[in-house]
Amino acid sequence: MIALGLEGSANKLGVGLILHPPKGGPAQILANIRHTFISPPGEGFLPKDTAKHHRAWVVRLVKQAMKEANVSVDDVNCICYTKGPGMGAPLQSVAVAARMLSLLWGKELVGVNHCVGHIEMGREITGAQNPVVLYVSGGNTQVIAYASQRYRIFGEALDIAVGNCLDRFARTLNISNDPAPGYNIEQMAKKGKNLLDLPYAVKGMDCSFSGILATVDSLAAKLEQDTTGCRDETTGEIITHEDLCFSLQETVFAMLVEITERAMAHVGSSQVLIVGGVGCNERLQEMMGMMASARGGSVFATDERFCIDNGIMIAHAGLLAYRTGFTTSLEESTCTQRFRTDEVLVKWRD
Amino acid sequence: MSASVFSPPHLPPPFVNTVPPPTLISQGAEALLYRTHFLQSTHPCALKYRPSKPYRHPTLDARLTKHRILSEARTMVRMRKEGLKVPGVLGVDCEPAHGDNARKGGGGWMMMEWVEGQTAKDLLVAVKETRKSCGREEVLREQVRNLMHRIGTILCKMHEIGVIHGDLTTSNLMIRHGAQQPHGITDGHAEGHGRANNTSGIETEPILREALVNGEVVLIDFGLATSSIQDEDKAVDLYVLERAFGSTHPEAEDEFNEVLKAYGESSRGARVVLKRLEDVRLRGRKKSMIG
Repeated sequence: MIALGLEGSANKLGVGLILHPPKGGPAQILANIRHTFISPPGEGFLPKDTAKHHRAWVVRLVKQAMKEANVSVDDVNCICYTKGPGMGAPLQSVAVAARMLSLLWGKELVGVNHCVGHIEMGREITGAQNPVVLYVSGGNTQVIAYASQRYRIFGEALDIAVGNCLDRFARTLNISNDPAPGYNIEQMAKKGKNLLDLPYAVKGMDCSFSGILATVDSLAAKLEQDTTGCRDETTGEIITHEDLCFSLQETVFAMLVEITERAMAHVGSSQVLIVGGVGCNERLQEMMGMMASARGGSVFATDERFCIDNGIMIAHAGLLAYRTGFTTSLEESTCTQRFRTDEVLVKWRD
Repeated sequence: MSASVFSPPHLPPPFVNTVPPPTLISQGAEALLYRTHFLQSTHPCALKYRPSKPYRHPTLDARLTKHRILSEARTMVRMRKEGLKVPGVLGVDCEPAHGDNARKGGGGWMMMEWVEGQTAKDLLVAVKETRKSCGREEVLREQVRNLMHRIGTILCKMHEIGVIHGDLTTSNLMIRHGAQQPHGITDGHAEGHGRANNTSGIETEPILREALVNGEVVLIDFGLATSSIQDEDKAVDLYVLERAFGSTHPEAEDEFNEVLKAYGESSRGARVVLKRLEDVRLRGRKKSMIG
C-alpha cells in the first residue's frame, strides 16, 4: 500500500510517499522532499507568510514527489495530511491541498497527529521497540511513553517549547535562519567554553524555558552595551556570543536529559528515542547517549531528513492508521492548532 | 546508537570499606538508593548517592548536586520537626569535589532512616494484578480510596508548612508496613523499597488490604523540594502528581479524586489551591479548549 503525506504545520512544507509492503517488512521511502520558508535574520516566520509559501509550493512539490517515486495516481491508496498541532494558517493551506487531491484523485483522506507522525517515523527508521520518546521541536517539548494504545505524555514544557527558546535567542543575536536557527546556534556553541549561570527550571518531569530565555536575552543585551567586554567571574575571560549559545545549550539540554531520565526511571525503560527538529542537535544526542549508557540502555536518533518536519512521517503514520480502517471524511477534514499526542487512539500497536 | 551493560558507579570513600557492602535497591533518575547500616550492623539505613552526571557540564553538575542534597536534607529535617512522616536524616556530604571524593568521580550522598514497606506505585500495580483475579473489585477500590484519602491528608499537611515536594509521583510515596504486618524479611534483605509481589491474587489480598488500609504513608525523595506558601506552587505540585498518576495508573484514575477530596477537606486554604489547580490544568500546552 502506498500513501501520500502532506506536512505543513510550521515553516516546512513536506511531501512524502511511503510504501508498506503487503507481506510486511520495513516500509520503503519512495520520496521525501521538503521546502522551507526561511525568514530574514532577526525575524520569525509569520503564519500568513508561511501559509502563502506553502500554497505557492505545494503543487510543485507533490508533482516532483510523484515523479521521483515513479508512481501513478492509481498506485496511491490514501492522502494523509497533518491535522494538528501547529500554526493555523499553514495547517489550513495544506489541508486545502489535501482535500483538493482527495477529490481530484478520488482517494480517501487520513488526518494525522503531527507528534504521532514523528514518533512512528522515528520508531520505523531506528527500529526502537518501545522507547521513551523525547519530542523536541520549535513548537513541542514532550516526554512520551506508550501505554495501552495511547502515547502518554509524562512531561512537557510548561511555557515555550525548547526549540522556540533557541530560535528566539537566535533572533536576539541576529543569527541567520538558514538552514535553521538552531543549527547555527549549535555551530556557535561548539566554540563557546565559559558556562554562565542560567536558571535551571525542572518541575518533576516538566520544565520551563521562558525564564532562561529572558535571562540569556538580558545577558546578550549587557554584552551589547558594555563595549569594554564583560568578563567571566571565574576565568576572567571575555564573554562572547559563543559562550552564551554554549551556556544556553548546556543548560536546556541538561534539563531535557534529566526529565527524560526521570521518565525512563519511572516507566522502567532503557531505550530512548529523540525526535523533532531539536533532535538533530548532536550535542543533545551525545548527552542523551551518555545518560542512556550509564543506565545500561541506548539512544536512538535520526538525521535531519526525519527529525525535521517532513511529509514521509505523515504518510507513514497515516498509512498505519489507514490499515486499521481509519479514514477522515471530507466533512471532518479540518485542522486544529491544539491536538494532544494522547488524544490519538493508537490502534496499530498492542 | 550505543548499547552497554549497566554497571553502577563506584561509591564514595566512607562506603567502600563498609562490610557487608551496601546493596543497590533502586536506580532513580538522579540517585542510586542503597540499603546499608548505620553505626551498628543491626541498624538498617538507606543511602542515597547522587553520582555526578557525565552528560552535564561539571560546573552545572556540581551546582545542582550540592543544591539538591542540601535542600533535600534541610527539607526533611524541617518536615520531621513539624511532625510529618519522612525518613530521618543521619548524615550528608554535598561537596562533590573534595578529597578522595573527587577521585571517585564526584557526587554527594545522604544517609537516612530505612523505611520498611513498598512504594505506592508497586502497591497499586499489585492491586491492578489482584483486581483481575480476585473478583472483589469494589472492595479493593474502596481500600485504594482509603489509601488515597490518607495521601491527600498528608500532602495537605506538607503544603501547610510551606513545603513543595516538586516531584510527586507514586514512586515517591512509601507505604510503611503496619506493626502487625508479617513483612517479607527472610535473610535480612527486605522487600522494602522494592518490587511488587508477583504472587497470585487470592493470597496477596490480605497483605494488600493491610497496606492499603493501615500502611503509614511516608513521603520520600525531596530532591526537587522547594519552600513556598504560594497557592500556585502547591497547585502545580498537585498537578505533577495528578499527571504522573494518570500516566502510571490509568486504571485507578477515579480513585485519585479521593486524594484531592481529602486534600480539600484537610485545611481551610486547601480549597483555594484546588481552585488554582483547575487553572493549572488548562495551562499545559496544546490542550483542547473544550470545557
